[in-house]
Amino acid sequence: MCQEANFLLGEDVMEAFKKGCETEVSNTGKEILQILIKNAEIAREEQVPMCQDCGYAVVFLELGQDVHIEGGDLYEAITEGVRKGYTDGYLRKSIVGHPLERKNTGDNTPPVIHTKIVPGENLKITLAPKGGGSENMSQIKMMKPADGVEGVKNFVIEVAKNAGPNPCPPVILGVGIGGTMEKAALIAKEALLREIGSVNEDPEMAKLEAELLEKINNLGIGPQGLGGRTFCLAVHIKTYAAHIASLPVAVNINCHAARHKEVVL
Amino acid sequence: MTQIRLTTPLTDEDVEKLRIGQQVLVNGVIYTGRDAAHKRMVDLIKAGKVNELPFDPKGQIIYYVGPSPTKPGRVVGSCGPTTSYRMDPYAPELYKLGLKASIGKGKRSPEVIEAMKKYKGVYLAAIGGAAALIAKCIKSAKVIAYPDLGAEAVHEFVVEDFPMVVVNDTLGGDLYQEGIKIYAVK
Repeated sequence: MCQEANFLLGEDVMEAFKKGCETEVSNTGKEILQILIKNAEIAREEQVPMCQDCGYAVVFLELGQDVHIEGGDLYEAITEGVRKGYTDGYLRKSIVGHPLERKNTGDNTPPVIHTKIVPGENLKITLAPKGGGSENMSQIKMMKPADGVEGVKNFVIEVAKNAGPNPCPPVILGVGIGGTMEKAALIAKEALLREIGSVNEDPEMAKLEAELLEKINNLGIGPQGLGGRTFCLAVHIKTYAAHIASLPVAVNINCHAARHKEVVL
Repeated sequence: MTQIRLTTPLTDEDVEKLRIGQQVLVNGVIYTGRDAAHKRMVDLIKAGKVNELPFDPKGQIIYYVGPSPTKPGRVVGSCGPTTSYRMDPYAPELYKLGLKASIGKGKRSPEVIEAMKKYKGVYLAAIGGAAALIAKCIKSAKVIAYPDLGAEAVHEFVVEDFPMVVVNDTLGGDLYQEGIKIYAVK
């Protein structure tokens, strides 16, 4: 899974690149999108990582409540999978064991694992390798309820503007609105997993996504921040109930190497 | 668009004629370095041990990259640029010693832009995330210092027609600001 996620860019991203090639007004921007298509093709054909930053292994588990796992520790098994996948696949090991001591663990472990218990008897594993460059440009803000939707829009646009060329645009923005601080961040990351081009189930949020996408692309940042109208391929919003006193907003940025791989056992 | 071919080592004249937005094809030897290697190099400079640097920066280009491991039978792993701002605290010291260009992606600090004006250097952006494609421009690769840093070790690459765009020139121009001005919808 680690290797497939790093070698094979999703069709939804490829389609978005192709669409961008048609709509992009800057020639340099167009050329960049064509280069990114070519890069993804090389990675796929030659089975090499599309990006040298093979990411932090972020794993979403949906564990059916009727599933009983025997024979060992599930988290340890996932960790072993990451270790083996990154080592055997010649993927870059980008994890340091302690954030201040900063010594590389040498095998890209540990992963970050988010688990959800769901009805049923399946185990769904989604791996989303996350690059550091775009993660570093992500932000969270505890807003006031009075800031309302206008405040949310301004914050999301500000995060995009501030990120500029740094997160390897064209990017995808995952926006988490509501919950507590950590919940907003988590749903922002979950929102990145949604297929590009899919429409939000909540019609109001779908409208907000379209408005934000247009406004952000009109900033003129463009592919790689060199100027143009294809900075952002999609804005995906997820919401959750909030406290009467709070309006948390998290913006998680994903670079164009929007990698994820899913299996259901 | 016309592309300008640059071959290392570079002179002041080579970089002084470059302007933001121009496409450049780099040829010859370039050196790699990221956060940890930069810290070591600048610690040496500050300690007056310039002769212990992994390479003499004069006339050279440094590429901000940490390649993925090399698969058997290949020259190098995937190797696109990393975000440059993390090297901003160190870059002026290297330009001062004659470094002519750095390659990365993303914005530079006013201090780095000033250092490029003062010491005649440029900043070139390679395409972030086009790592499998960029690897094809690299004809040979070897680690010349700090092997303990793994992907962050200093490599010597020999490159052929490695494509990039001039983002900051010796006049203080900044394509990241100018590009937005052209395409922003008022």
